[in-house]
Amino acid sequence: MFFTYLRRELRRRRRAALVVASGLALGIALVIVVNSVSSGMNQAQGKVLESLYGLGTDLTVTKAQERPEDGAAPQRPRFEFKGKEEGEEQSSDRLMVQGFQTLADSTVATVGRQPGVERAVGGLSLVNLKINGEFARGKIQRGQPQPAQPGTGNGGTGGGSGPGDTVTGGGAAFDVDSFTLYGTDVTAPDLGPLTTSTVSQGRTFKTTETDAKVAVVDSAYAQKQGLALGDELTVKGVKFEVIGIATADRGQAAAQVYLPLKQAQTLSASAAEITTIYVKATDSTRIDAVKTAIQKNVTGTTVTTSADLAQTVSGSLDTASDLASNVGKWLSYAVLLAAVLVAGLLTSSAVTRRVREFGTLKALGWTSGRVTRQVVGEALVNGVIGGALGIAVGLAGAYAVTAVSPTLTAELGATGGAFGGAFGGGGRGGMIFGGGPAGTAAGKTVDIALSAPVSVTTVGLAVLLALGGGLVAGAFGAWRASRLRPADALRRVE
Amino acid sequence: MYELIGVTKQYRRGQQRVDALAGVDLTLEQGDRLVIQGPTGGGKSTLLQMLGGLDRPTSGQVLLDGIDLAALSERRLTAVRGQNIGFVFQSFNLIPTLTAQENVETALVPLGGRPAERRSRAAEALESVGLGERLGHLPSELSGGQQQRVAIARALVKRPKVLLADEPTGNLDESMRDEIVELLEGLWKEHGLTFVMVTHDSAIARRAPRLATIRKGRITIKENRAAAGENRSATPDPVDA
Repeated sequence: MFFTYLRRELRRRRRAALVVASGLALGIALVIVVNSVSSGMNQAQGKVLESLYGLGTDLTVTKAQERPEDGAAPQRPRFEFKGKEEGEEQSSDRLMVQGFQTLADSTVATVGRQPGVERAVGGLSLVNLKINGEFARGKIQRGQPQPAQPGTGNGGTGGGSGPGDTVTGGGAAFDVDSFTLYGTDVTAPDLGPLTTSTVSQGRTFKTTETDAKVAVVDSAYAQKQGLALGDELTVKGVKFEVIGIATADRGQAAAQVYLPLKQAQTLSASAAEITTIYVKATDSTRIDAVKTAIQKNVTGTTVTTSADLAQTVSGSLDTASDLASNVGKWLSYAVLLAAVLVAGLLTSSAVTRRVREFGTLKALGWTSGRVTRQVVGEALVNGVIGGALGIAVGLAGAYAVTAVSPTLTAELGATGGAFGGAFGGGGRGGMIFGGGPAGTAAGKTVDIALSAPVSVTTVGLAVLLALGGGLVAGAFGAWRASRLRPADALRRVE
Repeated sequence: MYELIGVTKQYRRGQQRVDALAGVDLTLEQGDRLVIQGPTGGGKSTLLQMLGGLDRPTSGQVLLDGIDLAALSERRLTAVRGQNIGFVFQSFNLIPTLTAQENVETALVPLGGRPAERRSRAAEALESVGLGERLGHLPSELSGGQQQRVAIARALVKRPKVLLADEPTGNLDESMRDEIVELLEGLWKEHGLTFVMVTHDSAIARRAPRLATIRKGRITIKENRAAAGENRSATPDPVDA
C-alpha cells in the first residue's frame, strides 16, 4: 500500500512534485558545477604551482632576505668598463647568483634531517649577463673663440669646451644578452625545477655526471640560439655539450640552461653554495608542521610552501578561483537552501491540503508514524528525482565547462617571498633586468585551460544533499501530519 | 457495549467557552441502532467522535466493552479504531488517487496481513455493496452514491463491531439516500453491528428504533417501539480492545 499510495500521489501531484524536484535539481546542479569548477580551479592552480616548483616538491628553502646595512648600497650587478681607445670593444660576461643570496650546501643535509622531511635537494639559480659594445667619442664643434684665461683649465690638449661649444655624435652601443642557468643536483633527477620540463630530445643528466661539462637547454632558448643536440654552449668561456633539449610542461621554463650543480658553482665562484633547497615531505598533509620545524631549526632561511605560493597567484585564474570558492559556493548553497525551504513549504502546504485525507486515514486506524512515513516517503522520492535531475544537469554543466575549456591566466608576482627570490632574482636585484629572463621568471605568466572534473565525492555529496533536501522537506510535512488529530482534521473540513 | 458516563467536551473559541457536550450519559447494547439528531452545533458530531475514539472528552468516561477510550494512549486508541470501529462520512472521504479497491484496502492496512489477502477482502466488500465491477475506478469516476458505497465497504471490510456514520446521506439526492440507508440497514442486520448514525433527515430518523436528540450538548433519548420491532440485528461477538 505504501508504494501504491506513493506512486499514485506523485503521479496525481506531478506538477507540484516537478516544482519541488526542479528546485532541488537546480540547487544540486549548481553545487556540482561550482564544486567541479572549483576543483578545476584548484587543479589549475596546482598545475601552475607545479610548473614552478616541479613535481613532488612540497616546500622550498631559501636564504632569508637581509636588509642592507645602513648606508650600504643594495646588492645589484655592477660593471666596470676601463677607458680604452675609441672604437675598442668593451665587454663583460657576468654569471651572478639570482637574488645574491646563497646558503651553504651543508644546509641541504640539515634540512634533510628535519622531522617530516623525506628528501631535500639543493640547486643554484644563476643569471648570465653578457654586455658587449663600444664607446664612441663625441665631436666638439667650437663656438666663438675665447681668449685663454689662466687657471681656468679649459685649455690644453685634453680639449676642453668653451662657452658656445657643442658636442655632436658619440655615445655607447652595447648589446645585452642574458640567460638563466640552473645548477641541478644530477643525483636527484626527480626533484627540483628540471622536473617541470620534459626532455623532448636527447637525454637528461646521468646521476654520475656530477661534474661533467654537459648541459640541458630549454627548447625555446635552444631555438632562439640555434642550439641543437651535440652543439657546444659556452658559459663564461667554458664549453658545455648540449645533451638534451627540454620543453617546459607549462608556460615558461624554470631556467634556460641546466648544468650539473658543481659546474654551476665553479663557474659562478659559488663553491659549496646553493640558492634553493627543494623539499619533499613524508606526509603531504603535514607540510605546515615541516615548515615550522625547518624555520625553527634552520635559522636564516625562508620556507615557502605551495599554499604560500598560491597566495601570489593573480590574474584571471585567481579571480575565477575566488569567484568559484566564494560567490559560487555560497550562491549554490543559498539556492539549494532556498530550494529545500521551498520544497519544505510545498510539502507542508500539501499536507494542509490533504488534511482530510490524513485525518480519514488516522480515523481508519493508521498510526501517526505510518502517515508520517507516507509524507516523508513522497518528499524523499521528490528529493531523489530532484537529485537525479540535478546530477544530470550538473554533469552536463561540468561537461560543458570542460568542453569549452576557457583559458585562464595565472600570474605569479616577484614579491612572492622566497620563491620569487629563488627564481626571480628577488627584490630589486632581479627587477633591474625587467624584461630579461630573471624578470620574466619573477612575473611568470601561465595559461591554463579550465576543466571541471566531477569527482565521486561531488556526486556523493549531491546524492546526500538530494536525500537530505527530501528529508528536510518531508520533515516539514511530517511534523504537521504527525500533529494532526483526526477529530480536528475532520472537523476542519465539515 | 457502550457506556458514556458524564461526558463533557468543551472548546475554546477565542475568549468564549463552548460546551459541545454537557454531561452526556448514554448506554448502547450490542446490535443497537441509534440515530442522533439535533440542530447544527448542538454536539451531534462531537458525540460521534467520542464514540469513535477520534477525540477525548474534557471529563467523563467513554467505555467500550468496559475499556475507557478516554484513558487509552494514542497508540492503543488508534488500534481500537483500526480493529473495531468503522466510519462513514458525509463527504465520503475517499483518497482521490486510489482506486475503489485500494481505498477499501486502506482500512485493512492497520490490521496487517498479506497484500493479496487485503485485495481479496476489499474486492469481496465492494461486491457486497454492489460495486464488484468498479474495483479499479477512481473516486472521480464514480457517482456520489457509488462513492458512498465504497466508503461503506471500507468501513465494513474489517468487520468492525461498531459502525459510526456522520450524515452519510447528506451529500446525496433522495433516490441515492434511500438506497444508501437501505444498504446500511441491511448490513447492520447482516453483520450484527452496533450502528450509530447522525442525520438531519427526519425520514431516516423515523426508521430508527432509538432516537437521540442533542441540543446545547444535552442528550435526550426516545424509543421508537414500532421501528424496534422490525429492526433488530444479529448478536455480535464481544469487542477486542
